[in-house]
Amino acid sequence: MSAAPSSHLDVTRLRADFPILRTILHKSDQNPGVPLAYLDNAATTQRPRQVVQAIVDVYEKHYANVHRGIHWLSEQSTDLYEEARRKVQTFIAAAQPEEIIFTRGTTESINLVARSWGDANLKPGDEILLTEMEHHSNIVPWQQAAERTGAIVRWLPITDEGRLALGAFDQFLSSRTRIVALTAVSNVLGTINPLAPIIAAAHRGGALVLVDAAQGVPHQKTDVAALGADFLAFSGHKMLGPSGVGVLYARRELLDAMPPFLGGGSMIRRVTTEGFEPADPPAKFEAGTPPIAPAIGLAAAIDYLEHVGVDAIAAHERALSARAHDVLHSIDGVRVLGPGPEQSGGIVSFVIDRIHAHDIAQLLDRQGIAVRAGHHCAMPLHKRLGLAATTRASFYLYNTPEEVDALGTAIEEIKRVFRRK
Amino acid sequence: MTLDDELYQDRILDHYEEPFHRGSCPGATHAHEEENPLCGDVVRIELALEPDGRIRDAFFDGEGCCISQASASLLMERMVGKHLDDVKRFSAEDMLELFGARLTPNRQKCCLLPWRTLQTAIFSPVESGTGDGTKPD
Repeated sequence: MSAAPSSHLDVTRLRADFPILRTILHKSDQNPGVPLAYLDNAATTQRPRQVVQAIVDVYEKHYANVHRGIHWLSEQSTDLYEEARRKVQTFIAAAQPEEIIFTRGTTESINLVARSWGDANLKPGDEILLTEMEHHSNIVPWQQAAERTGAIVRWLPITDEGRLALGAFDQFLSSRTRIVALTAVSNVLGTINPLAPIIAAAHRGGALVLVDAAQGVPHQKTDVAALGADFLAFSGHKMLGPSGVGVLYARRELLDAMPPFLGGGSMIRRVTTEGFEPADPPAKFEAGTPPIAPAIGLAAAIDYLEHVGVDAIAAHERALSARAHDVLHSIDGVRVLGPGPEQSGGIVSFVIDRIHAHDIAQLLDRQGIAVRAGHHCAMPLHKRLGLAATTRASFYLYNTPEEVDALGTAIEEIKRVFRRK
Repeated sequence: MTLDDELYQDRILDHYEEPFHRGSCPGATHAHEEENPLCGDVVRIELALEPDGRIRDAFFDGEGCCISQASASLLMERMVGKHLDDVKRFSAEDMLELFGARLTPNRQKCCLLPWRTLQTAIFSPVESGTGDGTKPD
């Protein structure tokens, strides 16, 4: 086993901000219970008190609809909502706040692009290039767009180690490729994709690039200007924020040219009996009452992440991942997927010989360990791997080396239950 | 005994590790395959039915968790030699009782996957099989 991770985070102090992490599970008269080890952060993260308090404050002190009222409360609410937009803008280094669209989440963000940009720009025979490691939310909207427009979905393969087969990228990028849509970090393998060179190569070939950053923005410093991304999508709930809010970043000239997605209030300049004239971005893409409190909560989450330091969080996760790889590799019959801790973030998926992922997850739960089991909304990837289901442990800033070790101990116990040596 | 201890008891693990009649059924007249798309569990059941509706033989195959596979094995063991009317009368509650261990609602679905497969299989004659044309109803 490697030495204890060199982490600069004061995890004990951080954990005090997350009351839910003090949960004791399975307590009864006979059983003292077990402490929760929350290792399901790729699915959703927990919230610190600072974020919960920000949401309480909105509802107790500042809440009204935004961009509507002439009254004082509406101005308060609007200011906080627009301040949240500027906070997101700075966090990912976008050029203007108008390039930040609040959505309900990554899924809606990608659907917005596929519907709006896709329907306006894709023609029969055009190509959409995805990768074999995409989440369903970055697959299905493009399959739907292909059905509507006659475009073709192509798949950049992965290597057996779980990296993108970038040697084949030029083969797959053709003069018909209009958009490359890929994930920043695989939600199963943890693979961190080299976005900057991929985006540069796609641009040289005349294609746009959408980055699914649901597993990226929460865990690594993201600079859309440096990356040159055309579209980038992520969710609040995977970065200590509330559920129900997500972000679409898009370059301003793209947003100006794109038709609106959802129609309704807010997204118009004027409406007549003959038709409507859309508003400018970002309002153009925010029909109806937006996720006001969730967006303000997301701003508080960004404050928290910046206070802790995104680079320090990334280093902490790498150390936990390296430890998890060591622990899991030392157990007979356990196979860890993905390219290894140097090239993967805080996500470690594994299989155990002849024990199904759901049985593993259920028995880990008995030890208080929360993981995800199944195909993790990445069925094409699992087909490529030849696996029906995998078990995934995923880390964040509040996880500890002791929790990683507990995972190893619990897996040994599962093997005992299944009468394996 | 906790739910998990009950679930992963020797009787169930034995059926998981050394299942009864896993494979393909010689002379199958009826067959059906079901999947639980949420977890990827798959169960296929093949039956050889006599003209009088008796189950001469029953086999399962599939992939999935301990519960879905062990319950398929338990179900095959129970059904060989029985009559179609017995299958139709065999309710979901009967299946959960046969399985024995208490299950959370989510994992009841795993346990009932083979049972659902069987209930459809008896109405699904094999087209190109060597079947003797028995129609169950």
